[in-house]
Amino acid sequence: MSTPTVTPPRTETGASHSDAPAGHRPGGGTGRIGGGLFDPRQLLTSFPDAVRKLDPRVMAKSPVMFVVEIGSVLTTVLAVLNPGDWFGWAIAAWLWLTTLFANLAEAVAEGRGKAQAATLRRTRTDTVARRITGPDEERIAGTELRVGDLVVCEAGDVVPGDGDVVDGVASVDESAITGESAPVIRESGGDRSAVTGGTKVLSDRIVVRITAEPGATFIDRMISLVEGAARQRTPNEIALNILLASLTVVFLLAVVTLQPFATYAGAPQSMVVLVALLVCLIPTTIGALLSAIGIAGMDRLVQRNVLAVSGRAVEAAGDVSTLLLDKTGTITLGNRQAVEFLPVRGVAENELADAAQLSSLADETPEGRSVVVLAKERYGLRERHQGELTHAEWVAFTAQTRMSGVDTTDGHKVRKGATGSVAAWVHERGGSVCEDVRTLTDRISAAGGTPLLVAEENRGTARVLGVIHLKDVVKEGMRERFEELRRMGIRTVMITGDNPLTAKAIADEAGVDDFLAEATPEDKMALIRREQADGTLVAMTGDGTNDAPALAQADVGVAMNTGTSAAKEAGNMVDLDSDPTKLIEIVGIGKQLLITRGALTTFSIANDVAKYFAIIPAMFAVAHPGLDKLNIMDLHSPQSAILAAVIFNALVIVALVPLALRGVRYRPMSADRMLRRNLGLYGLGGLIAPFLGIKAIDLLLSLIPGNG
Amino acid sequence: MSPVLAGVLQFLALLAALALAYRPLGDYMARVYCSSRHLWVEKWIYRAVGADPSAEMRWPAYLRGVLAFSLAGVLFLYLLQRVQGVLPGSPGFAPIDPDQAFNTAASFVTNTNWQSYAGEQAMGRLVQTCGLAVQNFVSAAVGMAVAVALVRGFAARPGTRGCARTGEAPSHTGPLGNFWADLVRGVVRILIPLSVLGALVLVACGALQNFSGLHEVGQFGGGVQQWHGGAVASQEAIKELGTNGGGYYNANSAHPYENPNGLSNLFEIFLILLIPFALTRTFGRMTGSVRQGYAILAAMATIWTVFTALMMWTEFAHHGPAFEAAGGATEGKETRFGIAGSAIFSVATTLTSTGAVNSFHSSYTGLGGGLDLLGMQLGEVAPGGVGSGLYGMLVMAIVAVFLAGLMVGRTPEYLGKKIGTRQIKFAACYFLITPALVLGFTAAAVALPTPGGSTLNPGPHGFSEILYAYTSGANNNGSAFGGLSADTEWFNTTLGIAMMLGRFLPMVFVLALAGSLAGQGPVPQTAGTLRTHKPLFTGLLVGTVMIVTGLTYFPALALGPLAEGLAS
Repeated sequence: MSTPTVTPPRTETGASHSDAPAGHRPGGGTGRIGGGLFDPRQLLTSFPDAVRKLDPRVMAKSPVMFVVEIGSVLTTVLAVLNPGDWFGWAIAAWLWLTTLFANLAEAVAEGRGKAQAATLRRTRTDTVARRITGPDEERIAGTELRVGDLVVCEAGDVVPGDGDVVDGVASVDESAITGESAPVIRESGGDRSAVTGGTKVLSDRIVVRITAEPGATFIDRMISLVEGAARQRTPNEIALNILLASLTVVFLLAVVTLQPFATYAGAPQSMVVLVALLVCLIPTTIGALLSAIGIAGMDRLVQRNVLAVSGRAVEAAGDVSTLLLDKTGTITLGNRQAVEFLPVRGVAENELADAAQLSSLADETPEGRSVVVLAKERYGLRERHQGELTHAEWVAFTAQTRMSGVDTTDGHKVRKGATGSVAAWVHERGGSVCEDVRTLTDRISAAGGTPLLVAEENRGTARVLGVIHLKDVVKEGMRERFEELRRMGIRTVMITGDNPLTAKAIADEAGVDDFLAEATPEDKMALIRREQADGTLVAMTGDGTNDAPALAQADVGVAMNTGTSAAKEAGNMVDLDSDPTKLIEIVGIGKQLLITRGALTTFSIANDVAKYFAIIPAMFAVAHPGLDKLNIMDLHSPQSAILAAVIFNALVIVALVPLALRGVRYRPMSADRMLRRNLGLYGLGGLIAPFLGIKAIDLLLSLIPGNG
Repeated sequence: MSPVLAGVLQFLALLAALALAYRPLGDYMARVYCSSRHLWVEKWIYRAVGADPSAEMRWPAYLRGVLAFSLAGVLFLYLLQRVQGVLPGSPGFAPIDPDQAFNTAASFVTNTNWQSYAGEQAMGRLVQTCGLAVQNFVSAAVGMAVAVALVRGFAARPGTRGCARTGEAPSHTGPLGNFWADLVRGVVRILIPLSVLGALVLVACGALQNFSGLHEVGQFGGGVQQWHGGAVASQEAIKELGTNGGGYYNANSAHPYENPNGLSNLFEIFLILLIPFALTRTFGRMTGSVRQGYAILAAMATIWTVFTALMMWTEFAHHGPAFEAAGGATEGKETRFGIAGSAIFSVATTLTSTGAVNSFHSSYTGLGGGLDLLGMQLGEVAPGGVGSGLYGMLVMAIVAVFLAGLMVGRTPEYLGKKIGTRQIKFAACYFLITPALVLGFTAAAVALPTPGGSTLNPGPHGFSEILYAYTSGANNNGSAFGGLSADTEWFNTTLGIAMMLGRFLPMVFVLALAGSLAGQGPVPQTAGTLRTHKPLFTGLLVGTVMIVTGLTYFPALALGPLAEGLAS
């Protein structure tokens, strides 16, 4: 279920992306791309816009529909000149409706974006900026800020413009742009330094260096994107437009030359009939829906909280054949977890578990917590609290010691930590690390895990009790997802800073096609260049400043919203949810956009066959009775046949608006299967549907008294 | 044996012969165009015309070569006809009128071979042999050269160009190869050897080949006819092999000197289809994937088979007392070949750009005449003219790939080359030209008072005569429906223009397309790539040909052959 789309979505409710379809399923699921629901009321609310778009200057952008509009004007003039001809009036009316329906489709698609833009605009209220000038600060309007200015924001202030935090740390409410109500931390330095204008500081004080001119801020860009104002035609759309325009010219030729032929045959046709034939033959269905499809494609991204800088990027996403995915956070859960306790010879497993738990109580890192959890789940050891042991001296985990543990008053000490640190601790106390330990740690390393040692000192002797196996846990369902991607012809490459051994183990477990271990930003860049040199389109996600060059180099670079502004500038998409797995969905949306265009084009062209069978006999069966054999639909009268074809042509546009907005159903599958499916559905369907539709409309028309 | 069964067996024999020749000939042609060696006779020709056969040619240069060579051909042929009266070798032949000379020059240079004259009465031996016969070779070779240039565009890979064969040094350093080399090789290594073989077979079948002046022939109803002899069999061989179609005699392949019996008839059909089909193998070889060639071949063969079956059906099963008594529509067909031999021939000649006829297309049933028309209107791509059939089908494949590519959710690509805005633009221009010429000129002809008077019949059949003439001209077919008195200033001129524009404008876009493809690095294949060597794609390609080009002509066909064919 998606957010309602007429009313301003998500930002008001804050419910947002969590219930956006397929938005947040880490792995798993069929990967099907859904879309926003289509509400028939949108047709009504968008009606005024559709009428406004009848302006010829606007219509001229779509050659196919422009021809229809000229035809509408022409038939209307003819109807006015010959007011007694009901047929002429009917054709004129339906041609106007055809034009209007096309505009309606576009207006509905745009309307959804407008609602979102209106909500965004509300956040862009006039803010007051506290600009630092030397030792003082001055209060100026947010619109007067320039790049490089330093501004102060304290709890309760609205950040006046996009920038980087240069001093301080604060919690910020970014719900205005992300829809996420939980505040996020923004601090100077590192990859969490970017703040966006329009967001609100909830606590503390930060100094922000402005990085965007007023009017060019992130929110401004968002507004123009969702409104479709910045929409440029994409390469495939242009190519398709050329094809449609040339088909229009071909049919224009066929119809223009038909009049001399008809005259020669002794059956000259009225202008109204010729215009009707032309409109039925040119690819109006796709011509009417083409721009709506493009707008709706961008809209589907916005619904998933992804902002694309251009439609070109969305199209490129459909073409991507290599995905670079960061291991941490994308493929694995992001922190290593304890998965087993391996005692050395002579130590019981329970004893080790007990010591491991005890020594990890003072370790608040996720890894430490996972040891406690494992002890509880696997060995039934109740979680103890630090207060339970009296007179115990807790040794908390620090990055310097890389150990945690506890010293009890009876001289019993336990430690758990990095192999080197614990081994040193044991040696210091006169103990030795037996060969057994090395075997165990080597085994864990070989499997891609990280070993932690657990040691104790009891009555003056120190010894290692065993090893904790820490493992990167691959997210559930990732293997299936990569399998799916492989079927779609997309190669996945895991990027990790781990050593090759660890990387390989995780790559094998997750089922990615390849990995890049011990990756530096330069390595990433080189990998992208190499793939691109082979003609491959590469997509990647990134958030840090050091990702920026690679994001810029990649054909599809998705920057995380939590990332630095450098990263956001470099990428051509921004994921407001900062969810790296979304790249997979973006690819799906890109493909769906192209498929929808292709499917409706095929449908539109295939429609012509039936229309010929309706109109040609209607035009010429009087002069050449033999041609009545082509009237295989057995239509009522020549006029009802032509009118039925025109009405069908208009109604099919309305009928397909929901499909254009939602996109055709898309499931990851091989190209061959997809073609077979879509060709069957839209090619064959396009051949058959108009026969049924035209016949049905003709039946209804024949019921009207006075017809034929 | 019933005539229908005999027809089916003839068709199967033809199929078997074509299948046997397909691989060796296709591979041989690929080797010819990829070879880095020049024969001594070729070197001699290059020196004579001052061409450097190893020079790199990008598409504008290649196009300049095509146009310059063809223009020179038109001028030479025009002058030759105008002065034939004063030249030796053609005693008793008068100079040709300017409009007819222009028409004939355009016709033979464009591989059309529309003839508004009667060969044996108008053209002397000199024009026939030094003018028309020469163009029969070189105009065919030009078509093949352009097709090969397009194939090289697809095959172009960084580093090596044109030839995907391993172990062979790339001979064509230029992006599209060298026009002069392709032209000369096409003539010297492919057309001449094959037509020599073909002529020998035809002579063995009984076709005429002599320079012995007049032959006197007794007539069926008494009296004597006189016929010029000449190099008939040799001209016949290249006429079919090069999909030219210009007959030595006015009766074309219905004349017993050109096509004496059923065997020669079948062999001539074989010659017509031989190179156009085999070029798909050459295409597969040069692009490094013979399966891609098979897919194109399958699309061509499907249309050809269906058209042949429909033609047999409409000619054998036509209703009416006279038809039933004769066992089918026998009017205008030679009893030597029968209905089947004529039907197979007429489909082959209209689905290629040949235009040779062994029967009177005007006398076919309404629907049969419509099939001949539609065959040409599809753009002559099944299998089409030598070269022009392949490039026509490849342009259609680009349109099909574009639609299919969108439907699988990727920027369309064909043979590893992305089909983007530029490629679609060129393809769209390509398929706009012929309908514009055919429909535009036909409309003008029926709307103006004079040209309409040239038709023999009134009503739909008369309309078909005019429609057929422009369809045949603009598609460079050259066959005539018959009935139309085409030797008027209007028809000579407009058909001449239609032939020239219908031949060279498409070539401009094909070469531009080839250039844009050659400049592209290949896209690697993945599971997400549409596989264009599968039956599904072949089906889509056939559908695209039928719908994109066929639908354009539906109203015109309805007023001509359909109105006539459905009347009874």
